[in-house]
Amino acid sequence: MDLASAKPSSWLSDQRARGLIYQILLIGCIAALACGAIYNAVVNMRARGIPMGFGFWNDVAGFDINLHLISYSNQSTYGRAFWVGLLNTLLVAAISIPLATLLGFVIGVARLSPNWLLSRLALVYTSIMRNTPLLLLLLFWYNVVLKSLPGPRQSISIGGAAFLNDRGLYLPLPVAREPASLFAGAVLAAIVLAFGFRAWARRRQDRTGAQAPTAVVAAALVLGLPALVTAAVGAPFTFDIARLSGFNFQGGLQIIPEMAALVFGLVTFTAAFIAEIVRAGVLAVPVGQSEAAGALGLHRDLSMKLVVIPQAMRLITPPLTSQFLNVVKNSSLAVFIGYPDLVQIFAGTVLNQTQAAVQVMAITMGVYLVISLVVALALNAFNARYALRGR
Amino acid sequence: MDSLAYVRDAPESEDAPPMMSSGVLAWARVNLFSSIGSSLVTIGCITLVAYWLPQLIAWATTRAIWSATDGALCRQHQDGACWAFIAAKWDYLRFGSYPVAERWRVDLVEAVGALLIAWLLWTNAPRRMWGALLFFIVYPILALVLLRGSSLLGLPVVDTLLWGGIFVSLLTAVVGIVFSLPLGVLLALGRRSPLPVVRTASILFIEFVRGVPFITILFMANNLAPLFLPEAWAPDRLLRPLAGIVIFSAAYMAEEIRGGLQSLGKGQYEGAMALGLNYPLMTALVILPQALTLVIPGIVNNFIGLFMDTTLVSVVGITDFLEAMNNAIKDPVWAGPTIMVTGYVFAGIFYFCFCFGMARYSAHVERILAKGRK
Repeated sequence: MDLASAKPSSWLSDQRARGLIYQILLIGCIAALACGAIYNAVVNMRARGIPMGFGFWNDVAGFDINLHLISYSNQSTYGRAFWVGLLNTLLVAAISIPLATLLGFVIGVARLSPNWLLSRLALVYTSIMRNTPLLLLLLFWYNVVLKSLPGPRQSISIGGAAFLNDRGLYLPLPVAREPASLFAGAVLAAIVLAFGFRAWARRRQDRTGAQAPTAVVAAALVLGLPALVTAAVGAPFTFDIARLSGFNFQGGLQIIPEMAALVFGLVTFTAAFIAEIVRAGVLAVPVGQSEAAGALGLHRDLSMKLVVIPQAMRLITPPLTSQFLNVVKNSSLAVFIGYPDLVQIFAGTVLNQTQAAVQVMAITMGVYLVISLVVALALNAFNARYALRGR
Repeated sequence: MDSLAYVRDAPESEDAPPMMSSGVLAWARVNLFSSIGSSLVTIGCITLVAYWLPQLIAWATTRAIWSATDGALCRQHQDGACWAFIAAKWDYLRFGSYPVAERWRVDLVEAVGALLIAWLLWTNAPRRMWGALLFFIVYPILALVLLRGSSLLGLPVVDTLLWGGIFVSLLTAVVGIVFSLPLGVLLALGRRSPLPVVRTASILFIEFVRGVPFITILFMANNLAPLFLPEAWAPDRLLRPLAGIVIFSAAYMAEEIRGGLQSLGKGQYEGAMALGLNYPLMTALVILPQALTLVIPGIVNNFIGLFMDTTLVSVVGITDFLEAMNNAIKDPVWAGPTIMVTGYVFAGIFYFCFCFGMARYSAHVERILAKGRK
């Protein structure tokens, strides 16, 4: 038989034709499911009198929120409540992420420490945290630790400036006053000078090899200049310290217990995962790298700083970013302890009051998707810049 | 030529000979007291552990109340755990409100499940294919019939409203794994498919689910599923979060399996095609058996995460173990200052033992796989 002229027995044997059929079938299935879902939703929503549009956005919410970064009252709209919730979610993430990263790096380094006891203790910590549900941690912090604190009259005083009781943590609130602009100028000037010094030190090192104590000089500048200004013209801000009046504290910066519990829980939980990422990243750098650094005469600290850590960071960054995203997503566990985040306010209270489940869930999920997308794009940009070339 | 600051011009002074090189003291010198800083850290750690550990152990053992009929004794002894509370609530924590006379059915389902899982996880077990078949196809049907009841078999029907406790936690996790694994395989294959529509659909699904918090998926399953389905099909209140868990877990499973698929050499595909296998046969007989074996540790780690995430189902009104514990804590008969700590610590120990055991298993499989690949 002449193979070259052999034709497929039918078009069904043609791979491309079959691929096309499969795809048309898949599109058909998805379209049918979507149409069915939309049809049912419309019928069901009509039958139950659920609003179809986004008109509820401008209706009066009628409920109070105990933590709002923008002005809000129970006469505000649902739309306003959405922004309050979103900002509260971002607030918790913005506080938790740096703290968790810091704690995670400390524990990760402890895990790598040549000190056996320290590395074992770090291992115990990461094992416990990684194998306990976050919700349990949150409930523990909130119900056991924070709820058992004394009432306002028996507050635990920290140096007479900060107070801890079952209504939350009261910190001194810095209030700016007149020489503040001068102070800010000094800080700015110090930062510019520090960068300038670094550029000069680098050029000199390239030319002669001599090193300069960049970090020390920068720290001295950033701390010293503002201190000088303060000494010359007085402090740029005063502290508003909370004080007991009647049955509760007035003034100061109040951190509600729900927020404290959420931050504690997220930080202690996420830090364990970050510690493992840091450890894995550092261990993944081949031993030959630090040996080569040693052979060049670099001290252990310098070889860590100049050779191992820059390479480890390349491995650490992607999983670290996904942990940051996890913090944002996990902050939705706020629902369980009553911290007013996006999910608790919007997908909880607003959904229950308006019954507009489809719209509310679409908006809520959309917000998280946008955050994920933005972070993913940022990570891609980072990877494109720092990825190893020529591999 | 200028003198270069980084070129050494004098030899380094000689080190003294090592004092000790073996034995306990030498080990301590290297690992605990290698420098002044390290010694300080060691002393600090020892002080901390020596201070806290005995107190913790005493709280949990010698000072704890082990048996009591109500909370009175625990209220008197506030410096120890109240394990009597756990003992009294143990049945509730295990079964929720499942009727007492029917609880043997739960026991049976749990025992069979444990047996099948052990069969699957034991790497040298005979006929694991049969185990997988039983676990993924026969067992879910058996479990459904036994737990739900069936008038045909003379088993009274137990409404899911009564289900609760550890058994619901295990159920949600096992349902999650049993259904999300096949779905995850399909999604992973779809994501690597040359057909653009299939690939795009898989990517959209996976990235959508991974981009939102689990709670919103649960809310969606709970609030939107009844809207998107005809009135007559209104899904059961336990079925809705279960569907949410399957969807959620499938996306993460798919990424895990995709990793396995990617790590297979191109030669495996080419070899299978050279043998004349078509796509389904190639996938089923050559690719998946290897890829799935490679990702067993990843699947187990996923399962650990899934098991911890099942605690969130209480947000849509399901009484899982943690929620059962929350309910038990509120019992006025036992009310006392130590009850809540005891309850949460016990829940923590329970989850820890379960998850840590699984994590050890996954590390063990990883070592076996690494050995085979060297």
